[in-house]
Amino acid sequence: MNSWAVICTITRREIAAYFESPLAYVFLVIYLLLAGVFTFVFGGFFERSEASLGSFFGWMPWLFLFLVPAVGMRLWADERRLGTIELLLTLPVTTAQAILGKFLASWLFLAIALAFTFPVVITVNVLGEPDNGVIACGYLGSLLLAGAYLALSCMTSALARSQVVSFIIAVMLGLILILVGFNPVTDILARWASPAVVEAIAGFSVLTHFDGLQKGVIDTRDVLYFVSLMVFALFTTDVIIRSHRAG
Amino acid sequence: MIKVENLTKVFGAKRAVDDVSFEVSKGEVLGFLGPNGAGKSTTMRMITGFIPPTSGKVSVCGFDMAEDPLPGKRRIGYLPEAAPSYQEMTVRSFLNFAAEIRGLRGDERTRAVWRAVETCSLESVINQSIETLSKGFRHRTCFAQAIIHDPEVLVMDEPTDGLDPNQKHEARTLIRRMGESKAIIFSTHILEEVEAVCTRAIIIDRGRIVANGTPDELKARSETGRLDDFFRAITLSDTAGAANSAKEVA
Ligand SMILES: Nc1ncnc2c1ncn2[C@@H]1O[C@H](COP(=O)(O)OP(=O)(O)OP(=O)(O)O)[C@@H](O)[C@H]1O
Ligand SMILES: [Mg+2]
Repeated sequence: MNSWAVICTITRREIAAYFESPLAYVFLVIYLLLAGVFTFVFGGFFERSEASLGSFFGWMPWLFLFLVPAVGMRLWADERRLGTIELLLTLPVTTAQAILGKFLASWLFLAIALAFTFPVVITVNVLGEPDNGVIACGYLGSLLLAGAYLALSCMTSALARSQVVSFIIAVMLGLILILVGFNPVTDILARWASPAVVEAIAGFSVLTHFDGLQKGVIDTRDVLYFVSLMVFALFTTDVIIRSHRAG
Repeated sequence: MIKVENLTKVFGAKRAVDDVSFEVSKGEVLGFLGPNGAGKSTTMRMITGFIPPTSGKVSVCGFDMAEDPLPGKRRIGYLPEAAPSYQEMTVRSFLNFAAEIRGLRGDERTRAVWRAVETCSLESVINQSIETLSKGFRHRTCFAQAIIHDPEVLVMDEPTDGLDPNQKHEARTLIRRMGESKAIIFSTHILEEVEAVCTRAIIIDRGRIVANGTPDELKARSETGRLDDFFRAITLSDTAGAANSAKEVA
C-alpha cells in the first residue's frame, strides 16, 4: 500500500472521530459566533462602509489563537493517554505518516469551519462590490495561518500527556508569534532597538506575514513562512514522539 | 519467524529486559511467563517495533524491525496489554479502519471484517460504540483487530485477561488452532493456559530468561511435577538468592 493511501486512511478516521463527538459541533458554533461578533460588532463592519472583509480577516489571528489549539490539543495527548498510540504505531505506518494523517484531518476540519463563514462573503457582495480576489487571498491566508497554529498545537500535544497543558503551551507559543509583530509591542521595542532589529524580530510574527495575504497580496515569502513553520513543527513532533518511545 | 537476539532495554537505571534471545518458528505457540514487572510487555513492544531496543536485534519473517520495520509490521498482528482501541468508534468502523490500513479494500475488506467478527463473537455489538462495551468485549474487539489480516506472526500480551470462562476457553482453542499455521507468542499469568495451549514456554524474571522448554520439560524439572511449583521455585529462589547475596555484600 502506498504512503498516500495510508495517510488518507488515517485522515478519514480522524475526521470521522471529530464529527462523532459533539465537541466538533460546539466548536463550529462557537467559531462562527465569535467570527460574527468580532466582524460586525468589534470590527465595525458596517461603520467602515467599505466593500471589504478587512474587519473579518483582521481578527483571524486572535480567534485562531485560542480555537486552533482547542482543535489540536487532543491529537497526540489522547493517543498517549488512552494507549492507542501503541496500536497506531505498530500498524504498518511510519510515525511521519501518522503525524501527517492526523494533522491533515484537523486542518481539513478547520477548513470546513472556515468554509462555513461564507455568508459574510455573500453579505459583502450584496451590499457592495468588493474585490473577490482579495477575499479569496484572505481565505488562503487564514488557512495557512490555521495550519501553522495547528502544527504548533500538534507539537505541544505530543509533548504533554494532558490536553489542558498542551492547550496552554500552544496558546503561549501562538501569542509570542503574534506579539513580536503586534504594533503596540513593536513600538515599545523601537525605543531600545534599531529599526532593523525590530523589523527582523517582527519578521517572525504571524501578523507580519498574514497582513499581506489579508490585503490581497500573495508574496512567496509569506507563504513560505507559514509552510516552513508547519514543516518545522511537524518535524519536531516526529522527534518528540520518537523520544517518548525510546523511553 | 520471530528471531530475538541479545535484546536489552534500559529505562534510566533499570534493566527492564536483559540480554534476551529466543526464536519462534511457524507452528509454534510460545508462552511468555514471569512475575509482574519481569519485562514481558517490554519485550513484546520491542518485537512489534513500538519501542526501540537499547541494544540487540529483532527480526520478523527475516525483516529487521529496527532498520526496516514496515514489512515486519505488515506480517504481525498485535494485541497490546491494555487492549486499546478508539473509544468513539463503533466496532464496525474500528475494524474497517484496521483492515483498510492493512491494505485490504472492497470485498476483501468486508470479508476480513466478518471473519474477525465471527471468530471473536462480536456480532451482537458490531454497531455499538467501543466506549459503551463491557471490558471483555473491548478486549475481544482489540483481539479481532490483531487477527484481521490473518497475520503470519501473532504477538499477544495477556490475550485472555478480562474474558469470561467460556471466552477464555474459546480464546485458547483459537490460539491453539491458529498456532498450527502461524508463529505465536503470548504472555499470561495463568499457568494452566500454558499447558493447554503452548508448544513451548519461556519464564522471564527481572529481565532475564530463567527457563525455556516445553511445558512437559519444565514440569519435569519440579519435584512435584507441577508447573506452578516450578514457576514459584525458579522465580522465588532467584529473589531469595539476590536478597542473600545483597546481605553478603553488606
Ligand atoms: N516506559 C517506561 N519507563 C520506565 N520504566 C518502564 C517503562 N516501561 C516499563 N518499565 C519498567 O520495566 C519493567 C518491566 O515492565 P513490563 O511492563 O515489561 O513488565 P511485565 O512483565 O509485562 O509485567 P506485568 O506482568 O505486570 O504485565 C518494570 O519494572 C517497569 O516498571
Ligand atoms: Mg505486561
